[in-house]
Amino acid sequence: MRRWLGGMRELRRYPSAILGMVVIALLVGLSLYTVISIPYPQALELWRGGDQWRMTPANAEPVWLDRLTGGREPTTITVSSDDADIEEQPFEGGRRLRIPLTFEYDYEGFPSEINLFLRAEGHEQRPFARLLWETPDGREISLGGYRIGREDRVSISQDRTLERRLGGMVPHVGLLAEPETQQAPQVQPGRYTLMLDAVVFDEQADIEANLVLYGRVHGIAGTDHQRRDLSVALMWGTPVALAFGLLAAVGTTVTTLIVAAVGVWYRGWIDAAIQRLTEVNMILPLLPVLVMVGTLYSTSIWLMLGVVVLLGIFSAGIKMYRAMLLPIREAPYIEAAQAYGAGNLRIVMRYLIPRILPVLIPTFVTLIPTFVFLEASLALLGLGDPVLPTWGKVLNDAQAQSALYNGYYYWVLEPAALLMLTGLGFATLGFALDRVFNPRLRSL
Amino acid sequence: MNPESPVQPPARHGLMRDLRRLLVYSGKRLLALFLTVLVGVYLTIVVANMGGEVDELRMVQIRSEAAEMVRANPDFQDMPSEERNRLIQRQVELEVERLRLDEPFMLRSIDYLRQAISLDLGRAEQMHSDRGSREVYDIIVERLPATLLLFGTANLLVFFVSVFMALSLSRHYGSLLDRCVIALAPSSAAPGWFYGIFLILLFAFVFPLLPASGMVAAPPPEGTWAYTLSVLRHMLLPLAAMFVSQLFVSIYSWRTFFLIHSSEDYVEMARAKGLPVGLIERRYILRPTLAPIITSFLLMLVGLWSGAIILEQVFNWPGLGSLLFQAIGHRDTPVIIGSVVIFAYLLALTVFLLDILYALLDPRIRIEGGER
Repeated sequence: MRRWLGGMRELRRYPSAILGMVVIALLVGLSLYTVISIPYPQALELWRGGDQWRMTPANAEPVWLDRLTGGREPTTITVSSDDADIEEQPFEGGRRLRIPLTFEYDYEGFPSEINLFLRAEGHEQRPFARLLWETPDGREISLGGYRIGREDRVSISQDRTLERRLGGMVPHVGLLAEPETQQAPQVQPGRYTLMLDAVVFDEQADIEANLVLYGRVHGIAGTDHQRRDLSVALMWGTPVALAFGLLAAVGTTVTTLIVAAVGVWYRGWIDAAIQRLTEVNMILPLLPVLVMVGTLYSTSIWLMLGVVVLLGIFSAGIKMYRAMLLPIREAPYIEAAQAYGAGNLRIVMRYLIPRILPVLIPTFVTLIPTFVFLEASLALLGLGDPVLPTWGKVLNDAQAQSALYNGYYYWVLEPAALLMLTGLGFATLGFALDRVFNPRLRSL
Repeated sequence: MNPESPVQPPARHGLMRDLRRLLVYSGKRLLALFLTVLVGVYLTIVVANMGGEVDELRMVQIRSEAAEMVRANPDFQDMPSEERNRLIQRQVELEVERLRLDEPFMLRSIDYLRQAISLDLGRAEQMHSDRGSREVYDIIVERLPATLLLFGTANLLVFFVSVFMALSLSRHYGSLLDRCVIALAPSSAAPGWFYGIFLILLFAFVFPLLPASGMVAAPPPEGTWAYTLSVLRHMLLPLAAMFVSQLFVSIYSWRTFFLIHSSEDYVEMARAKGLPVGLIERRYILRPTLAPIITSFLLMLVGLWSGAIILEQVFNWPGLGSLLFQAIGHRDTPVIIGSVVIFAYLLALTVFLLDILYALLDPRIRIEGGER
């Protein structure tokens, strides 16, 4: 125990160790915060994607990235009919509603998409609405008429005829552009209104309208091609990566150590069998076996963890531990323990293993990032866990959508930066620990 | 050395005895290694077939392919459906017989093992080489040059650069360069493909200087020189990725290794005698550390064989790693087993070679009938 405390005190002399520990503490803090703020089932639900992300833009970069580079790209603007002054004119058998959806537009860039979400519940006959776009300089552009179902989405950006009428500009550009410019379209800043002129064939039932101008920037992490906020995956990737790395490292080192100690203590055929198994295991290539398990059985992260630990038991480390344990086996204190009647198991667990634990710690710490990257590697090959959000899966999505080719650098760089941070944190600490605990390096 | 006879035996007898021991020892080692390869390859066969469950998938595939073939052929269009079904059934039976799926998996797995061990790699089920050959041997040989070129260059470069850097660093222990290398060593926590992504981002997209992926430009340039130049340009980024990810930790560990060995008493003694630095390095540091250096060199050469699945995927490099990945995706067991069995043989051969080399290089490892 005193040796450990001494080691820890010595560790404080290494700035790299302090740095590593700070990074690890930050990562642990982030994981704790994530697990508490976004509970596990909610994270899975969010990452499954779908309709809950319909209000966020696709492939939007983080806000801070744009603002730091001096850009003024739009964030998402949502205008709801709940805040609008609705004009109501009753007539025989129905009402006429005029719903102005008004917003101020004051950004440099154009939105990435415009959608109008309409809800009309409890109507016997479907209401009819005409859409009129009013620009700050008083132009009026008709967006056509629609029969509104119970829940409808009017994709204004996808309207090809409107695009033709706007002179070949995509609607989300053309509707907000300065008229009659020959050069690249410029935003006309000011107050825009989408007038919803609806005829309702009902006395009470209402219409709910939501106009969404999707931005080009979103949140602190941006979004992916499925409109999912990347911060969910980046945050949840942290506890997953740490847990995977830690469990795999503990699983492999501890089992390897116990197996090596058992072999050294019992000798004979047990030792021989362990040695042969290690050699067989050296022939089995780890990554291809994992890929096979992933493609043929299941890509669940816990199955992968199990296979990693299983293949890691008889790893090459056994040879190293064996070499360290062999001289300890002959030490007088073991003989003394035998003399007072300690059992075999007790000697292995209480006398043999604790002696080489300090040497093991650096190896253990440096192993963690290896497994974190292993998980990312598998995910990059498309063998990530099917439901869990991880850093590797974000990278895989980015790779599959040619993020670099399309210029979505943030999509690759964010998970990569977190991976790098984890790797460097554990590695710097591990190297410093190695210098403290490894007796061969001490004198240097 | 020889506990039985206290009297020094004549040299000739000693040589004969050593030779005999060497033979017995080699025989034992060979047998043990062969058994190891056998078990390893068999395990691979079982995993690659999911313990026989891949057969079910294969049956479904065969059935749907046969049905599709018959349906798509205009000659069979106006055949009565009963006859057509019989035709499909016959096709399926033929295919099942060809792949011997009607026999139990255990029996076939033993047979696969026999073929694999005798290096009869057989024919691929789905894949074929670019020239159209179905032989697993041809498929693997076609991919081999790409892997050897890239990984051979990278590994040799890393190995020699790190050993020589480490030697010079251990001489100037504590210098600025030395401390820089130590500080950079943790950067190797990230694998090559990871740096590959950064390098692609930087040199292929932000500054479009080098191609992002592939091995030659498409279409391949005419002329040997232009072709070589194109391959070199494509090689640069993956090479740099591997170099960056392995170099510093490699230098660090060799440096530590040399430092430990250069603080041995006999080296101090040689220094005290005033021997020249070069001589000390060659005769007192390198000579006793030759065994581990050769070990890691040979293991590195064997490691070339498997390539690197992910690096090859990231750079779209047509090597053995991506071949293996494709084979697993196609559930093409002959190709998977073929590449694993060759790897196993190469590894076993290397281990055997090392055993012999150790005995020659290191006088401390005396042959005493085997285990020590």
